[in-house]
Parts: sequence; C-alpha cells; structure tokens
Amino acid sequence: MFLGRVIGRVWATVKNQNLTGQRLLIVQPVTPELKDTGKRIVCTDATGAGAGELIYWVRAREASYALLPDEVVTDGTIVGIVDHLDVKRTP
Amino acid sequence: MQIGRVIGSVVATRKHPSHEGLKLLLVQPLNLDGTDRGDAVVAVDALDAGVGDRVLLTNEGFCAGSSVGRWPATPIDAAVLGVIEEIELLPDVRGQR
Amino acid sequence: MILARVVGTVVATRKDPRLEGKKLLVLKPITPDGKDEPGYVVAVDTVSAGVREKVLAVSGSSARMAEGCKDKPVDTAIVGIVDAVSLDEKG
Repeated sequence: MFLGRVIGRVWATVKNQNLTGQRLLIVQPVTPELKDTGKRIVCTDATGAGAGELIYWVRAREASYALLPDEVVTDGTIVGIVDHLDVKRTP
Repeated sequence: MQIGRVIGSVVATRKHPSHEGLKLLLVQPLNLDGTDRGDAVVAVDALDAGVGDRVLLTNEGFCAGSSVGRWPATPIDAAVLGVIEEIELLPDVRGQR
Repeated sequence: MILARVVGTVVATRKDPRLEGKKLLVLKPITPDGKDEPGYVVAVDTVSAGVREKVLAVSGSSARMAEGCKDKPVDTAIVGIVDAVSLDEKG
C-alpha cells in the first residue's frame, strides 16, 4: 500500500457500469515525510475519505477486492485513513 | 521479494474491515548498496519487525494477504515476509544498485 | 521469466513459517549476452542453484507453480540453471 493525500474529486456521468455509485477521488502520493511524490491518480474509496485527508491506498488487482462483493473496475482504492505516522529513519 | 528497511508505522482507525487488527509498517525499499529504492510503502507485518530492521518485502497480492491470514480476495498488496539477519553479496555487486 | 545471475544469499530466521527450509538468493537480472541489468530481486531457490550461477527465474503468481512452492508466499522462484544461451546474429 502507499501513502497519499486526497486532493480532489472526479465526477463522471458516463462511465463503466461497474463504477456506478463509486466515489472517485484524486490522490497525490506522498512520502512518510508528507512530501508529494509521483503522479496523481484517481482512486475509488472504501473508507469515506474526504478532501485533505492523509490516507493509504492499495494498487492493482487488490484494489478491486476492497469493494467486494461489488465487482468494481479499479486499480487504486483508498483502504485506510491515517490517524498518525511514526517515522524514524536511521541513517 | 525486495529488501527493505522498517522506518516507521501507520495508525489508522477508519480502514477496510480486513485490515482490522493488523500491524501496518512503513518500509523503505532498498537497493543492493543500501540506498533508498523509490518511495516507502505501507506493508502488513505478522513478524513483529521493528524500526531499523532490514526485512524481506513482497508486493504480490497472494503472498501479502496470506501472510496475515487474509486470503482470498483481500485488499493487501505488500507485506513483510522475513526479518533479515544477514545478506552476503559477491564483491562485484557491492556498491551496485 | 528472466535471466539472472546469483549474486548473494539472504539469511532470515524469523520469517513466514511457509518459507521454512527455503533458500533465499539475491539475483541480478542480466541481458542474454550476460551483462548486468539494473535492480535485483530476492528469489526462492527450487533447483539448488549456487552463487555465481546463471539462472532462470519466474515472478508473480506463476512462481508458486515451481517445485515445493504451492500455496507458499513465493513471488519469485528460481526454476532453472542456465547451461548456455545462444543468440541469433540478427538478434
């Protein structure tokens, strides 16, 4: 899984029917030090995350497992909202 | 598997039900020369690895989910599968990535 | 499948119990003509490969089709020791 921050939302009326009812959020991946890293992506959501929240998301095929029994066509799903991080990098 | 270093942990109250009770670690993947390889990942851990430990990291779904008894069909894509005691490398790759 | 050379060993006593007794080797991917490629992977040995040998490795869910890896948390398995590689001149 990867850390990210919710920075937006996507609305799409015309979409694959397996995406119906899914919230689509724009996620900026971040490092443990909360710096932006890599490309922004669109994620489905299994947690009810909102704008600005620090989250972790799961990629690839496992992303669709988060929304079972619905079979959702997704490759990125938010699966947790982060309360806090403990980071201790050793040199 | 990749080699990684545990650099921290993640606390999340609101999360997918299948993640309840699991320990979530921040693991920094490493190159062979010990430098960082890409960004840190959030990985589940059944071995009680600690900060600073070098670990074996998988990012394959079955390996990850089954390592914490959450298979089939669980949204887990990374896990710690071992705590490394020793890595021995040929001299010609030491210092290489 | 990839071609690789075995460049090291990893010792981990505390590990997923399903990996008990498995030899873990560090592989450096190589080109067909034997040059190192970037990166590395830690693989489970299923053919008694040794350090310095050229091997074939398979990744992903197929790795669990290797000898003794069924239902085990193996994402890369060494499945062959390479005797020779021949390349068409036109390559």
